[in-house]
Amino acid sequence: MEAKVEAPGGVAADGVRRVLGGRAVLDGLDLRVAADERLGIVGRSGAGKSTLLSLVAGLDEPDAGRIWVDGAADALGRLARCALMPQRDCLLPWRTALDNAGLALENAGHSRREARRRALPLFARLGLAGAERLRPDKLSGGMRQRVAFARTLLADKPVLLLDEPFGALDAITRAELQEWLAAALDGEPRTVLLVTHDVEEALLLCDRVVVLAHGRAADEIEVGVPRGGTRREIVTSAPFLELRERALAAIGETREPGSRLRREPGSVES
Amino acid sequence: MTRLRAWSPPLALLAAAVGLWELVVRAAHVPDYLFPAPAAVARSLGSDHALLAHATLVTVREVVLGYLLAVAGAIAIAVLLHASRALRRALLPLLVLSQTIPTVLLAPILAILLGYGLEPKLVVVAVVCFFPIVVNAVDGLRSADPETVRMMRTLRGGRLAIFRRVELPGALPAIFSGARVAATYAAVGAVFAEWAGSSAGLGFVILQAQPALETARIFAAVVILSALALALYALVTLAERVLVPWHA
Repeated sequence: MEAKVEAPGGVAADGVRRVLGGRAVLDGLDLRVAADERLGIVGRSGAGKSTLLSLVAGLDEPDAGRIWVDGAADALGRLARCALMPQRDCLLPWRTALDNAGLALENAGHSRREARRRALPLFARLGLAGAERLRPDKLSGGMRQRVAFARTLLADKPVLLLDEPFGALDAITRAELQEWLAAALDGEPRTVLLVTHDVEEALLLCDRVVVLAHGRAADEIEVGVPRGGTRREIVTSAPFLELRERALAAIGETREPGSRLRREPGSVES
Repeated sequence: MTRLRAWSPPLALLAAAVGLWELVVRAAHVPDYLFPAPAAVARSLGSDHALLAHATLVTVREVVLGYLLAVAGAIAIAVLLHASRALRRALLPLLVLSQTIPTVLLAPILAILLGYGLEPKLVVVAVVCFFPIVVNAVDGLRSADPETVRMMRTLRGGRLAIFRRVELPGALPAIFSGARVAATYAAVGAVFAEWAGSSAGLGFVILQAQPALETARIFAAVVILSALALALYALVTLAERVLVPWHA
């Protein structure tokens, strides 16, 4: 783990341990994410994926170990540098799509007018043109996620934390939004931590994928797949399928829950 | 059309009850001073209209001002209780306890304290209406989705921003539920207050009509009071439609 902890825009974790309800959800987790890198985090339910995002975001503190975001190690510093897109879209039903997207700007003290002015061009870029004045209940599931992502981007933070952003969508919309997100992130490069239970999604969207198990990074996969071509061409290509097999195998090996509580933070690293 | 369909069963039932009442009173030859028939009540509404109109104005003022006082006070207290955990733990049980004091007893004490003018009436109406609003408002403010709050914190949202943009708008439906319940109490509160000491108002009219055995007039006043409560309820519902359009 030689990467510089202070790397601007990046994220680092050293021997992070977090105990929730008597169980060490994270235990000796090490992580390095470079600036503008996209890291996928996969693992079984309860593997600590969302806990990790809360810790990185500064919404929670580890019981042991340290986390840096863009050089900041304290919770408030991390909070100032991360924007979280939760599992559910969490759009406010009393705000229009545009005003939902501009939430962070208003929170930062800008007028609603100014927030709208800044959010508007992003709407066109993200395929949301025409939806500006609609209330969330008038939007489809896919559109709601797009607005939620626009809201996350407009927070203007170096690090985006995406927690199962497409978990609640049907397969077709999901595939569509994966392509859309890849394009959106190419246009707005940020450091991204993407939590998902969908290995394919992680491989498709991320530069690197970490398999979380027993509270630590059990495996790490560099995604060297060429990104050209349609989603379908990519996901059916031989190298992609190989990576997918490897990731699924890594998750499959993480079955026995025996050693979760016994490990000491910072001990054996695979 | 659908609204008409929704309203027709209760209206039909009410008409049937009034019709039956008229029939029974006439068939049994019950004198008006004992139990007036609907027709007698209607006659009183007509012949006493000057008296009743003046009394209604007095009571409407008490009801509306007292109710507004209750809404403003309840929301302010709910916000305070929401902001401070310590205050909530100390004050909320006392608020519940205060509800065990019958308003009927509170009214004369307030009349002694505040005199026979408008003030004690406003206070009684406000006290009666306050509780359902404050309880619902506190619950509403606390029911904000925790995940949305966490997200807001990462979107540069401080305590005040979270309150203004998430908790308060999210609590509006609950606040209005409480306000609607309170709207049905306000007229009763005003009558209690007038009974404790007054020289005008529908409660005063009832008090005066009783020894004079003007029973039809008492019923007429009751009809107006219930129409008042209904009108206030409708106004609050209308305000909710305007202010909370996403919830309906």
